[in-house]
Amino acid sequence: MDFNDTPEEADYRAKARAWLTANAPPRSGAGETGLEDPVSMDAARAWQRKKAEAGYACITWPKAWGGGGGAPWQSVIFGQEEAKVSTPGNPFAIGLGMCVPTVMTAGNEADKERFVRPAVLGEEIWCQLFSEPSGGSDAAAARTRAIRQGDEWVINGQKVWTSGAHFSDFGLLLTRTDPDVPKHKGLTMFWIDMKDPAVEVRPIHQMSGASNFNEVYFTDLKVKDSQRVGAVGEGWRVALVTLMNERLSVGGGGTGSGHTRVFKLASDIATLGGPAVKDGALREKIAEWFVQAEGLKYTTYRTMTALSRGQTPGPESSIGKVVTATLMQDMANAALELEDQYGIINDPKLAPLAAAFQNSLMAAPGLRIAGGTDEILRNIIAERILGLPQDVRLDKDVPFKDIPSGR
Amino acid sequence: MDFDFSDDQKFLKGEARRFLEGRCGVGVVRKVLNDPARSYDESLWKAVAGQGWLGAAIPEAHGGLGLGHIELCAIAEELGRALAPIPFASTVYFLAEAVMLAGSDAQKAKWLPKIAAGEVIGCFAATEGPGVLTEAQVKARVEDGKLTGVKIPVTDGDIADLAVVVAKEGGRPGLWLVELAGPGVERETLPTLDPTRGAARITFSGAAAERLGEAGEGMALAEQVLDRAAVLLAFEQVGGADRALEMAKGYALERYAFGRPIGSYQAIKHKLADIYIKNELARSNAYYGAWALQSAAGQLPVAAAAARVAACEAFWFAAKENLQTHGGMGYTWEVDCHLFYRRAQQLGLVAGGAKAWKERLVSQLERRNAA
Repeated sequence: MDFNDTPEEADYRAKARAWLTANAPPRSGAGETGLEDPVSMDAARAWQRKKAEAGYACITWPKAWGGGGGAPWQSVIFGQEEAKVSTPGNPFAIGLGMCVPTVMTAGNEADKERFVRPAVLGEEIWCQLFSEPSGGSDAAAARTRAIRQGDEWVINGQKVWTSGAHFSDFGLLLTRTDPDVPKHKGLTMFWIDMKDPAVEVRPIHQMSGASNFNEVYFTDLKVKDSQRVGAVGEGWRVALVTLMNERLSVGGGGTGSGHTRVFKLASDIATLGGPAVKDGALREKIAEWFVQAEGLKYTTYRTMTALSRGQTPGPESSIGKVVTATLMQDMANAALELEDQYGIINDPKLAPLAAAFQNSLMAAPGLRIAGGTDEILRNIIAERILGLPQDVRLDKDVPFKDIPSGR
Repeated sequence: MDFDFSDDQKFLKGEARRFLEGRCGVGVVRKVLNDPARSYDESLWKAVAGQGWLGAAIPEAHGGLGLGHIELCAIAEELGRALAPIPFASTVYFLAEAVMLAGSDAQKAKWLPKIAAGEVIGCFAATEGPGVLTEAQVKARVEDGKLTGVKIPVTDGDIADLAVVVAKEGGRPGLWLVELAGPGVERETLPTLDPTRGAARITFSGAAAERLGEAGEGMALAEQVLDRAAVLLAFEQVGGADRALEMAKGYALERYAFGRPIGSYQAIKHKLADIYIKNELARSNAYYGAWALQSAAGQLPVAAAAARVAACEAFWFAAKENLQTHGGMGYTWEVDCHLFYRRAQQLGLVAGGAKAWKERLVSQLERRNAA
């Protein structure tokens, strides 16, 4: 057990750090820039291209496709070092993390030739079109209908919670092609052109005030059969490739410093019993948060160790989001309690730490739901890791059209 | 970055598991549980000594295997998993660690080989009553090399040969080695929550005491010993918590209610998923503690406290929810759930409870932030 880099890792880290120092400003402490204006989108594209040209984009992908031809541990080390410098927002994560790997696994050769390299270079952005109003956690309940007409498919329906649809060039779309067979068997995957006039993107106004997600409507969208990703009726199997890629991505652990911020806040604030930082109840909470945040960080290191050794990581990395999201919510709530009446102010110019806790209070509910709710993630741990049986299912062996939908 | 046991360490761990599955089945644990006259299994103790585990981290020059603390952590996890009813923690994590930390060359040469050979059982006699061990709590005193005072409870004090005692000399706390077979020592065995781990009240009235470490450094040394023990105990707790989860999972798969396995209900699934999450967080914190114990003493106070807090939470939660998953059967003497429930409490309190360790952790963080 050695917490330090091996000579090989240290060498790679030093090179990555030198390259990052030469090419990006140090982290300023301000949040990363948004993606809503053309200037920041151009900056994001330029940064991605720069990384790709240096072999630091998609580090584990073959060089022939624009990747770095490296090992997973190199990818983890670069990610750790990149987090220390100031970088533009990242609109490529969903495409490069989920959609394009799916095309690489299940798509045809022409599609791989066409899409992989431009995505790595940051020229084209992808979004993932799975969730629907009638199926969030239950993604296989997709109702967006694709009907074959000769060499084309005609698509009608609606997707929801689509991150980045408003700036995406292409989308990976899960459709229902046969409602007469059980739900998992009647699905088919396509890639679509998001700029097609038959695709309408409407932003969703989130409770936080931001609009990161969208509704996407399809009205008689025509796609060629060659845009199919995988066989007809194999859409769920293809979707699982996408979702598996989502789970394999190693999380960085974004709340690691949360307890430090609460500490800072507590040092400056009084309670009825004296300085907040001397409050026993708060100190116990800080200890509990610290242990969770550190535990997650070291769990990532365990995953990285397995990758470094050329082994398949254990399932332990799947605990990340379910712990992080609640941690963020609990810390925000406790911090606002410390601020007491002043905590109702949501103005970065007035609220302590530039309203960091007001922001995380409003972001946390989304984090507990996005990419798998707390409940679905616990089901996944129980079923896939512990091997407990699935719940009784009313939707497995009946035609999709006969499944109760509650409306 | 190499944040896991090495292949050799995993091999050792696998061997330890096989050995304990053969020599420390639940029948061995229950034999101690059911016999009020016994508080440990002597033949298991001898067998463990025969494996060399008592001296795993003791240098070869002093009769140990000279392996290191990571190896000791691997063994600890397996002992915790097996609920081993032996004074391993008292002898190795407390006595041997205290002697290695603070002992003179002569003390090391005298005691470490005997510890490694299984000839000496140790104990840590610090606390004197309810509440957290503080300097103010310590009334035991040494004058002219003679110890007077009462220590209660002393885990394994009923069977130990050699005690590490916290006592004051001239009003300043020190650590002392006291041979318990000598005159001026009276012992009374106490009933414990976990009868597979014994404890005693030890009354010293002029017992011969030899100072361990510098005069006046008793509390600081005791804290360093506790830091080391906390990491090693965390591995025992992680081992116990993982086995409690396996037990709960096994029962959830085999027990049917309302026509299906109870493990198919989300109420049970989510409970078991929560155990898994806490166990993994505890394991990761324990690994960091192991690394600090082996090679980064400066990080040890924070790492040990984090390992302790996470492990106490994980084993307690796994033990109580394993019992709950078993329903009424879990509350019977015959089903093993209570063995884990008892051991989780025993391990959760023996080096100081989680509440106190949370405060230690936050104080250390304050110190670190100020630096």
